Amino acid sequence: MMGNPDMVDVAASADRRDSLAARAEFVRERANWMRRRLLKMIVDAGQGHPGGDLSSADIVACLYFDILRIDPKVPAAPGRDRFVLSKGHCTGVLYTALAGRGFFPEAELDTYLKPESRLNGHPNRTYLPGIETNTGPLGHGLPVGVGVAVAGQIDEAGYRVFVLTGDGELQEGSMWEAAMFAGHRGLGNLTVIVDRNRLQQGARTEETNALEPLADKWRAFGWDVVEVDGHDHAALLAAFDDAAAARARPRVIIANTFKGQGVSFMRDQAGWHHGVPNAEQYAQAMAELEAEMSR
Amino acid sequence: MSAAAPAAAGTFDCRDAYVRAVEELAEGDDRIVAVVNDSVGSSKLGKFRDRFPARLINVGIAEQNMVGVGAGLANGGKIPFVSAASCFLSARALEQIKADCAYSQQNVKLCGISSGVAYGELGATHHSIEDIAWLRAIDKLTVIVPADPWETAAAVKAAAGHDGPVYIRISRMPVPALPRPEGATFAIGKAETLRDGGDVAIIANGTLVHRALDAAAALAAEGIAARVINMASVSPIDAEAIAAAAATGAIVTAEEGLAAGGLGGAVAEYCAEHHPVRVKRLGFPGFLPTGSPSWLMERYGLTAEGIAAAARDLVTAKSL
Ligand SMILES: Cc1ncc(C[n+]2csc(CCOP(=O)(O)OP(=O)(O)O)c2C)c(N)n1
Ligand SMILES: [Mg+2]
Repeated sequence: MMGNPDMVDVAASADRRDSLAARAEFVRERANWMRRRLLKMIVDAGQGHPGGDLSSADIVACLYFDILRIDPKVPAAPGRDRFVLSKGHCTGVLYTALAGRGFFPEAELDTYLKPESRLNGHPNRTYLPGIETNTGPLGHGLPVGVGVAVAGQIDEAGYRVFVLTGDGELQEGSMWEAAMFAGHRGLGNLTVIVDRNRLQQGARTEETNALEPLADKWRAFGWDVVEVDGHDHAALLAAFDDAAAARARPRVIIANTFKGQGVSFMRDQAGWHHGVPNAEQYAQAMAELEAEMSR
Repeated sequence: MSAAAPAAAGTFDCRDAYVRAVEELAEGDDRIVAVVNDSVGSSKLGKFRDRFPARLINVGIAEQNMVGVGAGLANGGKIPFVSAASCFLSARALEQIKADCAYSQQNVKLCGISSGVAYGELGATHHSIEDIAWLRAIDKLTVIVPADPWETAAAVKAAAGHDGPVYIRISRMPVPALPRPEGATFAIGKAETLRDGGDVAIIANGTLVHRALDAAAALAAEGIAARVINMASVSPIDAEAIAAAAATGAIVTAEEGLAAGGLGGAVAEYCAEHHPVRVKRLGFPGFLPTGSPSWLMERYGLTAEGIAAAARDLVTAKSL
């Protein structure tokens, strides 16, 4: 399923009747495409956050190309599943996923950060369809996601709410205010995914303001906790599927990841939180990603 | 670049002057500490951390806690320089600034890094253009918007010597060093008249001051004498300087921030009450589209040409 990296099957989404292995393989190709496409965006724009984009590409690919019940033709359908990018600096994954699902033309990715582009450096719901809330300051997405989940609870709506947070982002007090309330309300329709790449902007989370024991913290707030390898598509899909079962508690998936995953010289490096590969580095990154795809 | 090198236009990032001043202060006074939110790099405090590791307090990504901790450090006898991107410092921790710093009168120095639209393409969440309007509304909080490296360093030192909370914008948009007379001094609450003129007055601060000087030079070539006032100290503000500006009969204000509520708002309020005169406020209208810092400045007329055009219009209107 190599394909032309610049061509995408509109509304392509895995068929959930397929086996888990087949779904995982479908998502793997999409995640690889997203990685290549977002690096091109960053190189063209001369700015971006490749580290956190690459750490979350597999998670976001699982959601957009398999799990989320969304329709690009009716982006604001009341019953849609919601995805909130709480770590709003990672627009690379969001924009490529939305374009890949046909929410806007893929060619528009080329306008990223250009004057008056709809593809701003942080997501803006008044510019683009498919975005639920404007993020960028860390610590905002979860409270908003909790609000959507409470609305769904009141209305007994069937939709699910997914919130992707950074791990450094969990140092914000607002995240725990929201977590406490979600636990209190027993929001079984809410799933948080922590991109546990162990790096924040300047250093490791544990050297800055330690999060561990992270699973225990969530449990103490009334959450159901699962830990997975955040680059294992089958494991991620299983965690998302399982969470769909009727539950009385919100679920957090602690996805163990590496910042810069997929590009050897970016992997697990704080220095690639934001930055732009030079021509040589870009060529190497693309070669590595292409090799990974044909493995 | 050596200190003696002549200043080329647009070559200074005021964060460098800021960190040098804080380090100098820290050398001579061990009460000086820096408090950050995972912002060591963006505040350029790496060297401070290496030199004074115990005096760099990184609370992680937690701005409300950061400002509260700053107030507590002040209570404990420290002089904290709280350094964070000005958008998050001023917006996220606004109530901590109000209650813990200003209302409690704690000796905290709040340094808003990369203010204005320095984060250009990152969008309205990362622009800090409301900060001056919000913060000048807070009683007993000093608010300073320096224009160049010299004034940044001078403001940092004045803040350290001032017993009380201070907010200082630390710009990273490149600016030239302003021409200044030998022995120039900086004082909180005191404006700097950089150019005399009786036809119109331009009151600017921060990154707009050098643009105002260029505008005045262009206007002079057309026979319009523009007075240029650098109003770095927004709160307290220099009422005498505004009165002198009003005496020209026309005022243009210019700032890297909202046109409403900030410096322009302060000048307009004062003039409406004491010296009714036409005031044209130059600044941003609100949430801004995607674009680079320089594109945004051009787009909204925050340029020498934009200032000159506004001044010209006011001078023409005066003679009608
Ligand atoms: C309120 C707020 N403070 C600071 C920042 C600046 N900032 C942007 S990304 C980032 C680090 C985020 O780390 P993490 O949440 O771990 O994200 P990831 O590693 O997935 O990129 C910081 C400090 C911000 N965007 N918002
Ligand atoms: Mg992280």
